[in-house]
Amino acid sequence: MLRDITIGQYYPADSILHRLDPRVKFIATLAFIISLFISSTWTGYLVSTVFLAAVIRLSKVPFRFMVKGLKAIVILLLITLFFNMIFTPGTPLVHFWIITITREGVITAIRMGIRLIYLIIGSSVMTLTTTPNQLTDGLESLLKPLEKIRVPVHDIAMMMSIALRFIPILLEETDKIMKAQIARGADFESGGLMKKIKSMVPLLVPLFISAFRRANDLALAMEARCYHGGAGRTQMKPLRYERRDYLAYLVLAVYLAIVILMRVFGRYLI
Amino acid sequence: MSIKLEHVTYTYNPGTVYEMHALKDVSFEIPQGQFVGIIGHTGSGKSTLIQHLNGLIRPTSGKVLFEGQDVWAEGYELRKLRFQVGLVFQYPEHQLFESDVMSDVCFGPSNEGLTQEECRKRAKEALDHVGIPEEYYDKSPFELSGGEKRRVAIAGVLAMNPKVLVLDEPTAGLDPEGRTEILDQIAWLHKTRGITIILVSHSMEDVARYVQRIIVMNEGQKAFDGSCKEVFSHYKELEKIGLAAPQITYIMHALAERGLNVDLSAVTVEEARDSILKALGKETSCSEILP
Amino acid sequence: MGIIKATKLVYEYLKYNEAGEAQEKNRAIDELSLEIEPGQFIAVLGHNGSGKSTFAKHINGLLVPTEGTLWVDSMDTSKEGELWKIRQKAGMVFQNPDNQIIGSVVEEDVGFGPENLGVKTDDIWKRVDDSLEAVGMTAYRKHSPNKLSGGQKQRVAIAGVVAMKPRCIVLDEPTAMLDPNGRKEVLKTVRELNQQEKVTVILITHYMEEVVFADHVYVMDQGHLVMDGTPREIFSQVEKLKEYRLDVPQVTLLAHELKQAGLPLPDGILTIEELVDAICQ
Repeated sequence: MLRDITIGQYYPADSILHRLDPRVKFIATLAFIISLFISSTWTGYLVSTVFLAAVIRLSKVPFRFMVKGLKAIVILLLITLFFNMIFTPGTPLVHFWIITITREGVITAIRMGIRLIYLIIGSSVMTLTTTPNQLTDGLESLLKPLEKIRVPVHDIAMMMSIALRFIPILLEETDKIMKAQIARGADFESGGLMKKIKSMVPLLVPLFISAFRRANDLALAMEARCYHGGAGRTQMKPLRYERRDYLAYLVLAVYLAIVILMRVFGRYLI
Repeated sequence: MSIKLEHVTYTYNPGTVYEMHALKDVSFEIPQGQFVGIIGHTGSGKSTLIQHLNGLIRPTSGKVLFEGQDVWAEGYELRKLRFQVGLVFQYPEHQLFESDVMSDVCFGPSNEGLTQEECRKRAKEALDHVGIPEEYYDKSPFELSGGEKRRVAIAGVLAMNPKVLVLDEPTAGLDPEGRTEILDQIAWLHKTRGITIILVSHSMEDVARYVQRIIVMNEGQKAFDGSCKEVFSHYKELEKIGLAAPQITYIMHALAERGLNVDLSAVTVEEARDSILKALGKETSCSEILP
Repeated sequence: MGIIKATKLVYEYLKYNEAGEAQEKNRAIDELSLEIEPGQFIAVLGHNGSGKSTFAKHINGLLVPTEGTLWVDSMDTSKEGELWKIRQKAGMVFQNPDNQIIGSVVEEDVGFGPENLGVKTDDIWKRVDDSLEAVGMTAYRKHSPNKLSGGQKQRVAIAGVVAMKPRCIVLDEPTAMLDPNGRKEVLKTVRELNQQEKVTVILITHYMEEVVFADHVYVMDQGHLVMDGTPREIFSQVEKLKEYRLDVPQVTLLAHELKQAGLPLPDGILTIEELVDAICQ
């Protein structure tokens, strides 16, 4: 169950997408998400679909991985769809008890569904093709201007990259402690809310202790390897735009232009 | 009164590219009261195997029987099984969570629904058995030394009065004396409580000294199953699967090759000493050093 | 002067009671003096709590002596100004393989040290290549550390230290959490580094089999240096080692017992061949 979360998990492969500058991928992901909300016509979604499909194809990451990320938001998705369906006024389609599903409702729901699903898949493509380190490097570089107003950008980026590295380790640990407590007769499932919350104590206390122990160890290990903040630090993989990155920006610009044009002139097209 | 596995197979992520057979057609029976060692290197399936013994993992196919009953049959109370088959995970001190030693050890029995008095009685017995004195009861488990923490954690499982105690690498990370202490206590438990002990280890030396039977796991399958002497006689095959017999086995074989008539089945230092002295015709001197 | 030199090293720490008041002073290291020559393979033995890890942390400047002095490559570790230089000269590998790998990809982790030292990008790559080669992990350079075995993770951690081009590597119980195969892997790597790259190795451990190949062995107990000598000299004192809560390899123990039973065997037998030869001559 815990292993299903793919956001923040890297899939090693050798593809053009893996080699792209993380800044490009960051901006592209943002632009793609915006494009989803610009589109209002089915042809607009079709363009986004083609774009997304092409990107997935290029990434060489099996499609299954992207879908796995969706599992985590299935409930959120269903709730959104449901509320959209029943709360949008319009031509009634089905009616029972106090619930009325309208034609417009169904259409809005499908739109929202597409947007949410594409949003998750789009972000998954970024995290699956970019190592957490590159991701934070990219973020650090994009946010660099904020250092002028005394935002500790380097420290934030380092914290993020460490957090990302330890997520899988802590998930595994959670699983282990949970099993150990079940072996001592702990019951995490039955009972009311209060009982359930109380039953989490034997899981959470060891987990916190372990997290602190790891943090302490890691801090020592980093110091031992001469880490002393961002000052005077060089980079093994400095971010430098290559030709392919400019090309990617160009493709992105064309895609955005198409989406915007379709929004503006959409009604004349159909 | 036994624990029995019938053709147990366990597959991780069945039907995907990540499909991995952790266990393949494993069968054995452990009678009540036996002291068994399970040996195998990392990834041999031994951790998956022991989680089958108390119903934490459901086999993909095959049966797990406890006292003759299929634990995955409709209506079987798995939770009760967990009080009868106590499982001590690797680094069990990482599961301690209460503010004092006593309450932590009481966690298991109180989950069983016992009264507070009974819990304390059980806990006291268990702590006694692992050699934790009374003045420690009110201490925070986090103040104790590594070896003490581990013994408290083992007591936490022991307090459930299990008929079978399974321990996954109980000596990992301890120093030599700590290792001997824990193993001696486990052996003593086996003797005084008459419970079945299943000890998972990758140290042949440790296992050889204590257990009556060894099950060697390799790539999810049972590679060998028998007494120490039987299993170690396959020392060349053991090496091929990344394990080794105790140093003593090698010494005895090397001596035999040089023409000395020693007992090849010796597995402990004491047995080896006596056998060498005997072969050299000096057994009389043995009595001088034996207490 | 040797690469590491300690004179009357003392490390004290305060124990606090529940109210947070200082209760008692504990001496983790008590008047420890030693000198280690460059290029040697040194083993430090001792049971848990004997002070050996505390000593290790001093070499890297993670702890500063309460009294006495510790020199690393002629630099005094209590002088704040030389701290980073000392940490570069004396690298450190810790016990838990999971808690010392910072990078999410093997090669990025190995590059972490040189990045901190401000090494130029091209040189970082060269150092990473060389270090991964030296520990035999080149094939795994693009892997995630989480997918490696314990032994492999420790080799990555060693590569991370080697990439900083240290003169000395301190390994604080690097094998305590590994299985026998992982232990062998790590030990082989460390021995090769010592023999081929001439790096001084200080191996802290409680596994006796691991110190058989050391040039010199120190035994610590309650913060004191209680024994020192070649492995043979150390292992010939079986009774004394037992007093310090340590044990000896089975072969040494057997030789010791046979000797006590009256067989004329030499002291401190370390290998099976030695024992067999001694018995069958």
